[in-house]
Amino acid sequence: MNISLILNDNKVNIDFNPLRPLLEMLREGFALRSLKEGCGRGECGTCTVLLDGKPVTACMVASGQVEGRSVMTLEGLEGNESFRRIQRAFMETGAVQCGFCTPGFLIAAYALLRDNPSPGREDIRRAVSGNLCRCTGYTKIIDAVERAGEILR
Amino acid sequence: MPKKTGNTERKEQIRSDALRKVRGRALFIEDIPHDRLLHGATARSPVPHGLIRGFLNIDEVRAMEGVRAVLTAADIPGENTVPFVKDDYPCLAGSEVKFRGQPLALVAAETRDQARAAAEALKADIEEYPAVFEAVDAMRPDTVRVGGDDNIHSSYRIRKGDIDEGFRAADIIVERIYRNSHQVHCYLENMGMTAVPSPSGGVVVSGSMQCPFYVHNALVRVTGLQYSKIRVLQAETGGGFGGKEDMPSLQAAHTALLALKTGRPVRIIYDRREDFIAMSKRHPVRTRIKYGASADGKITACEAEYIVNGGAYCTLSPIVAWRGLIHITGPYEIPNIMADSYVMATNTVPCGAFRGFGQPQANFANESLIDELAEKLDMDPLELRRKNLLKTGSVTATGQRIGESCGMEEALERTVKRISFRRRKSGDPGVKKRGMGLSVTFYGVGLGAEGKYFAKSGAQVYVKEDGSVLVAVGNVEMGQGSETVFTRICADTLGCPYDMVDVLEPDTTRVPDSGPTVASRATMVGGRAVLDAALKVRDALTRSAADIIGVRPFDISVSGHKYVSSDGREAEYIEVVRAAYARREKMAAQGWYRVEGVSFDEKTGQGDAYPVYTFSANACEVEVDTETGQVKVLRLVAAHDIGKAIHTPSAEGQIQGGAVQAVGYALYENLVLEKGRILNPSLTGYTVPTSVDVCDVVPIIVESPYPEGPFGAKGLGEPPMVGPAAAVMNAIYDACGVRVRKTPCLPEDIMEELKKIT
Repeated sequence: MNISLILNDNKVNIDFNPLRPLLEMLREGFALRSLKEGCGRGECGTCTVLLDGKPVTACMVASGQVEGRSVMTLEGLEGNESFRRIQRAFMETGAVQCGFCTPGFLIAAYALLRDNPSPGREDIRRAVSGNLCRCTGYTKIIDAVERAGEILR
Repeated sequence: MPKKTGNTERKEQIRSDALRKVRGRALFIEDIPHDRLLHGATARSPVPHGLIRGFLNIDEVRAMEGVRAVLTAADIPGENTVPFVKDDYPCLAGSEVKFRGQPLALVAAETRDQARAAAEALKADIEEYPAVFEAVDAMRPDTVRVGGDDNIHSSYRIRKGDIDEGFRAADIIVERIYRNSHQVHCYLENMGMTAVPSPSGGVVVSGSMQCPFYVHNALVRVTGLQYSKIRVLQAETGGGFGGKEDMPSLQAAHTALLALKTGRPVRIIYDRREDFIAMSKRHPVRTRIKYGASADGKITACEAEYIVNGGAYCTLSPIVAWRGLIHITGPYEIPNIMADSYVMATNTVPCGAFRGFGQPQANFANESLIDELAEKLDMDPLELRRKNLLKTGSVTATGQRIGESCGMEEALERTVKRISFRRRKSGDPGVKKRGMGLSVTFYGVGLGAEGKYFAKSGAQVYVKEDGSVLVAVGNVEMGQGSETVFTRICADTLGCPYDMVDVLEPDTTRVPDSGPTVASRATMVGGRAVLDAALKVRDALTRSAADIIGVRPFDISVSGHKYVSSDGREAEYIEVVRAAYARREKMAAQGWYRVEGVSFDEKTGQGDAYPVYTFSANACEVEVDTETGQVKVLRLVAAHDIGKAIHTPSAEGQIQGGAVQAVGYALYENLVLEKGRILNPSLTGYTVPTSVDVCDVVPIIVESPYPEGPFGAKGLGEPPMVGPAAAVMNAIYDACGVRVRKTPCLPEDIMEELKKIT
């Protein structure tokens, strides 16, 4: 099936099985490799993307569902100054270890700070609770989002 | 709160791998494209124990759409064994299958779905045998035989002093049994490997792994090729925690066999379910432990029996149980000790390496028992620990004298001060009760006397014409920060800026066998190899600097990014590099380090088991809801004497991440097996802590330098996982008077115990 969508601010078309997950379409159809498959069942958050601006796990969205909608991945957000500051805060705070979960956390953090520029630590914990990290124990990730919020305000 | 620091300082703190990771450009194995790639899948045993008579439909499966190869044990060109401590683990089950999920056959197909469908469709003809699942059942003389004559994969013992005399001298004796279930690594990146046939008839294998040289050894055995025909590269690795120490060898062997058979690149990536089923786990352990102490709180004797469920094959279990045994009496000086460990073979998934390597189970037992002993003595558990703690000059269970690098006391005192340690003794009124708990641990850094054959590391440092540096190492980055540590050791030695150093991906063709990246050894051993290589290049730079300045090399030292003479004249690093090139100095060098001086007598269990120890203390405050049994960890402080922090944010990250894994171990992570079948192989069924389940972890770094380590550093990767589980359990007891002697401690366990006391 031909699917057309706004991907990272560009209008694109692709011939893809509408029943296959969006994760597969983005990774294999568009070679966007920042999003990862950690579980394929919406449990871990490593494939988080923005669908019409809201964070979703791309493994749980069927490709056909994004027809006519906007999908934003890390690759598309890199031109955004706010997003770059969040990336910078993750680097400076030591919030990155193995890096497999990092793109998903960055997108969840971006969506949070866009909607709530002054989140408390508990707000941050809730906002990223759909993203698993097995390396950091979360403390430095929360630090990073808090710090990014301070810089962006 | 993030520290308020200046821009320069903040930039200096950034890890060398952070940029590629925040940009989503780190190349994990699934991110690397290949032309004509085939996808591999594994057919697994549906039964826990049986005799394989053959396959019922192999020709039909070969004819399925997209299928390019189906391989069984009969197709293995070399030996059908993947070497670990013993050579008992078959690459593919030959005649006997010993656990549910054991690999039986391999499939390569054009798409991942086709490969998985074919592997699923393959039917083996298996005569099912009776099976045994629990370690204590495997000890019975009349039970099923899984391994060897007696189902014992291995056993070790410690005999120190006179155990009977020790207990006679005691005024109080306390003895308990503690149990631990499996724990699953749950690194976020599932196991994956790619094999590409090379024109010379060999194969290049890359993937997610901790131990490229273990993989190399396994590939030689299974393919029958010589070492030089096989090249192993570590791709970016999305977490390991020990889980990518042993089983990558098996998956790499599978992938390589399919690539060699088909002549095409082959990739095998497990999905989360298969990763749960196929990969090794933390061992279930049953520990019986007994302390005797004088009325004034001096521990006079300790007896322990540590029984480990190793699973169907022995993998690394003997060394896991050895490490557990060495540390099982706790970080205390105890004159009389009798301790035994047994690894039992059962028809369950083989267990292997997991951060802490036998010590979380041992520490859970001894640090719970110390609190139980304190109560019997009517002493504060903090005081009891202080009275018996190891310090410089103390003698360990194996008769080893603790050296100068011992920050045990400092770690404990800073921890209790930071958390304002105060016990409540179940004093809270109301439904939600708070309490505090404590634990102390020590951790032998590196492979120790029983792993000394692998206790070596190599590196190469190559300074290019513009002063930039390539560092080749044999120890891997898997998230823990070793790449940054190697960068710093090299840069600080040469006097060059951090951003001029690039650490290359580990590659078995670049450096000699450097042993595994395990046992918290990368900084202490791998770092010494980098230091050794960098010092050799620095000698050439020093000669060049002396030449520029006009003094003897003896008068030159490195300060910041400058080479400085004793009378204060300077040459910039880059200027010195140019001069060295003009002099045709050798600007590349290999470094090597091997650990010496460890020993262990298997009869008595006496010897210098490890070159040095990391010392740690953990304290936490919990809140127990006595109506639901829910436990929330409110605060957690962890202090670790690591000799020297080479990169502080990475060291803190290790402490925080390890502590949260340990909280998961204590309270949430519950793998359920029924007759060897894993019933909850998913991240929903098996719950690791999320950001809302845990609190911030306060890390404290204690630096009691170890002269042999690079810049005084010891090891840190594993110790953070060892101690917190007992601290949590001691805090639960303090909160509500309930002592749960198992991990995980689930709400229903708390409720059951609460019923008993009310």
